[in-house]
Amino acid sequence: MSILAWTYIIVGLTFALYIGIAFFSRVSSTSGFYVAGQGVSPLANGMATAADWMSAASFISMAGLISFMGYTGAIYLMGWTGGYVLLALLLAPYLRKYGKYTVPEFVGDRYYSQAARLVAVFCAIFISFTYIAGQMRGVGIVFSRFLEVDVNTGVIAGMALVLLYATLGGMRGITYTQVAQYSVLIVAYLIPAVAISWKMTGNPIPQLGFGSKITEGPNAGMYLLQAIDAIHRDLGLPEYTAAFVAGKKGMIDVLAITMALMVGTAGLPHVLIRFYTVPSPRAARWSAVWALVFIGLLYTTAPAVATFARVNMIQTLHGASYADAPEWFTSWEKTGLIRFVDKDGDGIINYSGDESRNELVIDRDIIVLANPEIARLPAWVVALVAAGGLAAALSTAAGLLLVISSSISHDVVKSMLRPDMSERQELLLARWTAGVAVLVAGYFGINPPGFVAQVVAFAFGLAAASFFPILVLGVFSARTTKQGAIAGMLSGILFTAGYIIYFRFFNRGAGESEWLFGISPEGIGTVGMLLNFAVTTVVSWLTPRPPAQVQALVAEIRLPH
Amino acid sequence: MADRRVDEARYWRANLRILTLLLLIWFFTAFGLGILGVELLNRIQIAGFPLGFWFAQQGAIYIFILLIFVYACWMDRVDGRFRAD
Repeated sequence: MSILAWTYIIVGLTFALYIGIAFFSRVSSTSGFYVAGQGVSPLANGMATAADWMSAASFISMAGLISFMGYTGAIYLMGWTGGYVLLALLLAPYLRKYGKYTVPEFVGDRYYSQAARLVAVFCAIFISFTYIAGQMRGVGIVFSRFLEVDVNTGVIAGMALVLLYATLGGMRGITYTQVAQYSVLIVAYLIPAVAISWKMTGNPIPQLGFGSKITEGPNAGMYLLQAIDAIHRDLGLPEYTAAFVAGKKGMIDVLAITMALMVGTAGLPHVLIRFYTVPSPRAARWSAVWALVFIGLLYTTAPAVATFARVNMIQTLHGASYADAPEWFTSWEKTGLIRFVDKDGDGIINYSGDESRNELVIDRDIIVLANPEIARLPAWVVALVAAGGLAAALSTAAGLLLVISSSISHDVVKSMLRPDMSERQELLLARWTAGVAVLVAGYFGINPPGFVAQVVAFAFGLAAASFFPILVLGVFSARTTKQGAIAGMLSGILFTAGYIIYFRFFNRGAGESEWLFGISPEGIGTVGMLLNFAVTTVVSWLTPRPPAQVQALVAEIRLPH
Repeated sequence: MADRRVDEARYWRANLRILTLLLLIWFFTAFGLGILGVELLNRIQIAGFPLGFWFAQQGAIYIFILLIFVYACWMDRVDGRFRAD
């Protein structure tokens, strides 16, 4: 059977599964819609969090990014997992103890201020839309490459599916489809990784394989990582495992980006809200354990995949004649993700660190998507990777959608505009806002703003600089006041947004020498976060203590039951 | 009532002690072993891995999982003691 036929079958089956789950987890209350009735088990919530968190970028792009960055890829590996330590220790149990429905609602209650809540709503919606546009685009790309349909048709199919299960089942439907989606995506990620690890090193565990010796080809008998370093040296590229050498990011920047991604992860509303869905603070702690176990499974595999793919790609292509290029090369060439420019006209592919002699342009996304074909795995594995990519993108999109829907229906309409609304009306409104949000997200998926890649730094930077400090201080310092929190959030956001906008749009050519302390826009959220902490603390000391009922709330959420 | 307040304060202090310890380990792992000390540790080779590189791309993640696991277990015990009081 062909790859195309397999893909239709596997993607069709997974979609049928998601729809079936959506049908069985319909909800009829706002508590069910916003927080799945707070009845999700820690294990299920851990899986759902992992799927919620791991997006099209984690599944499709991350291994490719690492493959080109070598050591520096650690900013994503540590940044996107280390945030869970902060989440589990500083936020998850307390937000669950607080026990209501949204992150802006906590901000509004803890800081006794609708203004603070409104700032939080704005940040939550901005962060979520930034993110969701990329997911919809990811759905469209997977559809177009594997199912050979138009990108737009793919986006519309994805929209229809998310629309169905998000509006029917709300958080409950999303949670259980995410559990299924995690299972699909992790199987799809591990099968090719294990097969390639086994083939190249004789060790089926990728986490160990990339520290083993190569068993075949020109570098047989050498440790994989030593071989890759040697290959890089020969090509005039910085060594793969070397840390802060020329051509890679500097130490300060690596520190700042890692910290910004960690803190940003812990401040992302669609991740925080997952911890509202479990029965108790204790269950929130255990779901964080499960979540990181499930995430870690993919995140410890990714750097191995990156290394295998790097060695494979260079060994297969560098110095090969273009006329004899493998079949996958020609089939992926059509998508424009890999290109050969014969600069010296000899028909031989030359890969080099020297731009004037390099003849091979490789898009990072190809590393995961084409991996099974490069390793000549069977057609059904290729189809499974397509289904995995779709699962990763759809699960994240659904989680983000719920944040947008609940922010508007619950935080803005119910609490600020129409407090007398009945529960049935609120539920109907929540379904409608989710529906409208899908359409807006789909629109951005079909007409992606040219700056999608640039604004991703925004999502993390803003989450780090706005939410994280005031949530942590809200729990750990009863003295933090409304004025402090608002001043802190605004200074964090304005500083971070200003810095990113300046260097992304007005002074794009600027390099390290012009950056503040050598920190790139990707890492500036760290400075924004510190600024927010400082401003919030100082302003809080200068303003009157929070009222007694707020201090009682703080005392209450600190206790386990 | 007064007793309850004392218990609550004791519970919170126990929590803060555990938190501080685990967060120090977290910080040391990610930023000490994975970034600041990476070049030093890379001089040590274990199997095919330069050690600093291994911490940055593998070891740190295992330690993060362990930290959350230890926290969840530890707090279960502290919660239990608090409830018994």
